[in-house]
Amino acid sequence: MSKAEQNTEVIKEIKTLAQSVYKTIRDGKSPQLSMPLRSLLNVTYDPKEGFFELMGKEKRRTLTASTIRTFAQTLLLMKESKAVVETDDIMTKREAYYVSKNWGDARFNEQPESDAVMDDIEAMMQTNREQLGFIPEEKGGEVAGNLVVIETDPETKQKIEHDCTRYVSGAYSIPSSVEDLKFKTSAKFILDIETAGMFQRLVKHKYWKSANCILVSMGGVPTRACRRFIRRLNDELKLPVYVFTDGDPYGYLNIYRTLKVGSGNAAHINKYFCVPNAKFIGVTPQDIIDYKLPTHPLKDVDVKRVKDGMKNDPFVQHYKEWQKALNQLVTMKKRAEQQAFAAHDLNYVISKYLPEKLKNEKTWLP
Amino acid sequence: MTQIKLAETEQHQTKAHELAKKQREISVAEFFEKNRHLLGFDNKRKALLTAIKEAVDNSLDACEEARILPEISVEIIEMGDERYRVIIEDNGPGIVKAQVPNIFAKLLYGSKFHSLKQSRGQQGIGISAAALYGQLTTGRPIKITSKISPKNPAYYFELSLDTQNNKPIVVKQEEIEWKKDHGIHIELDLEGIYQKGPQSVDAYLKQTAIINPHATIIYTNPKPEQLIFPRVTDQLPTEPKEIKPHPYGIEVGMLIKMLSWTESRTLQSFFTTEFARVGPGTAKEICNKAGILPNHNPREVNRDQAERLLKAMREVKIIAPPTDCISPIGAEDLKKGLKKEINAEFYAATTRPPAVYRGNPFVIECAVAYGGDQPSEEPVRVLRFANRVPLLYQQGGCGSTDAIIQTAWRNYGLSQSKDSIPVGPCTIVVHMASVWVPFTSEAKEAIAHYPEIIKEIKLALQECGRELARYTNKKRKYSDELQKRSYIEKYIPHVGLALEGILGLKKSDREEMEKELREILERTRGELEELGEENEEYDEEFARIGAKEESEEAADTEAEAEEKPKKKKKAKDESEEGKA
Repeated sequence: MSKAEQNTEVIKEIKTLAQSVYKTIRDGKSPQLSMPLRSLLNVTYDPKEGFFELMGKEKRRTLTASTIRTFAQTLLLMKESKAVVETDDIMTKREAYYVSKNWGDARFNEQPESDAVMDDIEAMMQTNREQLGFIPEEKGGEVAGNLVVIETDPETKQKIEHDCTRYVSGAYSIPSSVEDLKFKTSAKFILDIETAGMFQRLVKHKYWKSANCILVSMGGVPTRACRRFIRRLNDELKLPVYVFTDGDPYGYLNIYRTLKVGSGNAAHINKYFCVPNAKFIGVTPQDIIDYKLPTHPLKDVDVKRVKDGMKNDPFVQHYKEWQKALNQLVTMKKRAEQQAFAAHDLNYVISKYLPEKLKNEKTWLP
Repeated sequence: MTQIKLAETEQHQTKAHELAKKQREISVAEFFEKNRHLLGFDNKRKALLTAIKEAVDNSLDACEEARILPEISVEIIEMGDERYRVIIEDNGPGIVKAQVPNIFAKLLYGSKFHSLKQSRGQQGIGISAAALYGQLTTGRPIKITSKISPKNPAYYFELSLDTQNNKPIVVKQEEIEWKKDHGIHIELDLEGIYQKGPQSVDAYLKQTAIINPHATIIYTNPKPEQLIFPRVTDQLPTEPKEIKPHPYGIEVGMLIKMLSWTESRTLQSFFTTEFARVGPGTAKEICNKAGILPNHNPREVNRDQAERLLKAMREVKIIAPPTDCISPIGAEDLKKGLKKEINAEFYAATTRPPAVYRGNPFVIECAVAYGGDQPSEEPVRVLRFANRVPLLYQQGGCGSTDAIIQTAWRNYGLSQSKDSIPVGPCTIVVHMASVWVPFTSEAKEAIAHYPEIIKEIKLALQECGRELARYTNKKRKYSDELQKRSYIEKYIPHVGLALEGILGLKKSDREEMEKELREILERTRGELEELGEENEEYDEEFARIGAKEESEEAADTEAEAEEKPKKKKKAKDESEEGKA
């Protein structure tokens, strides 16, 4: 679907929703807006599908005196979205919050309020917010290595090529919308890295060249754009995706799990915004032992995160391997950062760890 | 050994002799001087209040006993240099000529100490202590006029106290003309300080009027401003009955006194005639338990035997004393009095059934007034009364305060931190009526902490509290509802604008839609019930009396306050001119 077609589709959808609200009122009834419940409680995991899928629990908002404020805000933000899409413009989440300052009594007092309403609209329309013209503040992630990204200037229709091998320092930034990008590569795999520090080390020593790969720095939990970008590389170029994070529950359950199967909060769009084929190469709890890594004690929040995961996360519940790994970590009461390899040698990761790990599939986690 | 002992004894004797030189009778004046705080004369401000309070309490007691609707006038005249003349006049039964000197100029002389009956006075110490205080601070005698009936002449006395011997000295005595049918007129000069505020004479008289709706009080303060508190009911309170003491409420000293006074010849008859709820069977049981024959002569009971009797009295099971001797104000009258004072939205009052502490029957009454003009960020106002007398001092040391603190007011819609008085727009009234109110001191300022009393007060407060909670809940729902309704008005236009923007509606369509939406939303909300009661009793002038804060600031605020009425008056004059 082209961008223009997509825009027409979104506008049509907004109008349909508004029309149904209008008609219900004219029929003398209280209008309702319904949206999927966005939470881990409302997702299932099926490895055949490969992502968190909605179970169909719905949140229904009937227009009453208590809900009228949020109801009005939802409709007003839909109106703003329509205007933005019609002019093919964008609006950041922060800007949306400021735009609301023109709404008088209905304005948002804090950005979290406008973010929540935005998430509601997104879920209600089963689209992602970029399609509605809303873009997040944060950058999508950085790329270096054997990849050429091609985009078209909408004004001049000229093709612009970004060769990701040509960055000496710095890297290609993943834009907030990646749907219209085209790719060219001869790489054999993609390596997704949690921290910018590790990414820089690998770029500095041109690890992508020796390993013939594409390096992506996620900078913590990957953004939707980053997830979508990797997914498209995986889908269209058939490149395997390996993930390299810190050896702690945050790296496992927040970063890797979100990249692979999506999140509870964005469950309605997980289908497109996750990378089911991703594999976890490290740092695993066993790596901490095998590579004699310097460690830090596990914090209370880490233990809590593991417990929550065991109890509520359908992904963890599905994989015995992950349960075993998480239990191992909790028993060890230790965690290790990916940069801990520097204790052996600054370039130990490049010379020893990554080559060994990439060769030995048995040491990975699903 | 013996020698040493002897020496010791001798030494003791000489010590004793030495001590004996210092031992002499303590005069009442000295006693008073040392214990004036116990009697309510600890400072000049309080002294003025106490003197008036003692006289007014006596007048009210006397009127009720004689079944006369009280009409009392109180006047304070400033004589300069912290000296005041206090004039109190009532329409009571008067006092017979022979008794006047004893009642007004002899400490510990009165009719009330020996009887168990609900009355304001207890000891027979109050008014004579006031007279003594006046005498000590100004050197002037107290002046009394008494008349007992239209047929009798009025007698005028000038009395002072022989402070060495606690005997009255009649300075002057004469027959005079007095137009009144009967009553007492007291004139007393004393050192004092007149100030407004919650512990002032003004506040005392106002609260007295609240709790005695059958009395008319005419009050002239030194400003001079005249305030009239007219009676709101012609119904005299039911006359409290005098009862005999209950065996459970007696101390050993009292028992010994009673044994020596009694006319009974046997212990058995002593118990059955002098005590409440003791029949021949119970009397015998007490004697048996004490190991003394029932036909033993009471006057021959020694101290040891008395103690055994007392122990036996406490051990024997005896039914509770009669409780019909108490005359409470009644929930309705209490509410009425409160409405006059406080412009609130909600009032509740309750009268508990009689209960007993230490063999003394008592009744607790409570009332609350909530909302209206009362400040919501401050601790609640507490009005305490005992036998229809306002208690203005020592709130912190009062059993009623403890009971208020121990009550969980948060359940009733007030905020309250641990171990403190609740905070909120509320006034709490506690009244204890009893044949014997246990005060923590002779100044009668705070109720003692008997568990039975605190429990009853708490029960009464809880009864009021439950009613209050019903109201505060309703009020909260009401304000939520109002909030929601204002939401509807506020946000409907935004729904309209948004839909108009998205769908490109015509203005008329949008307006139609907004109208329909308003109907839909209001349909589901239903009727809004009006809350709060109309208070027709409220009297703004009345409420202001005694409301001013006490402290040094008082002087400043008074200066300001004087400015304001002038301006007001001016405005009033002008408006009247306008009318003319």
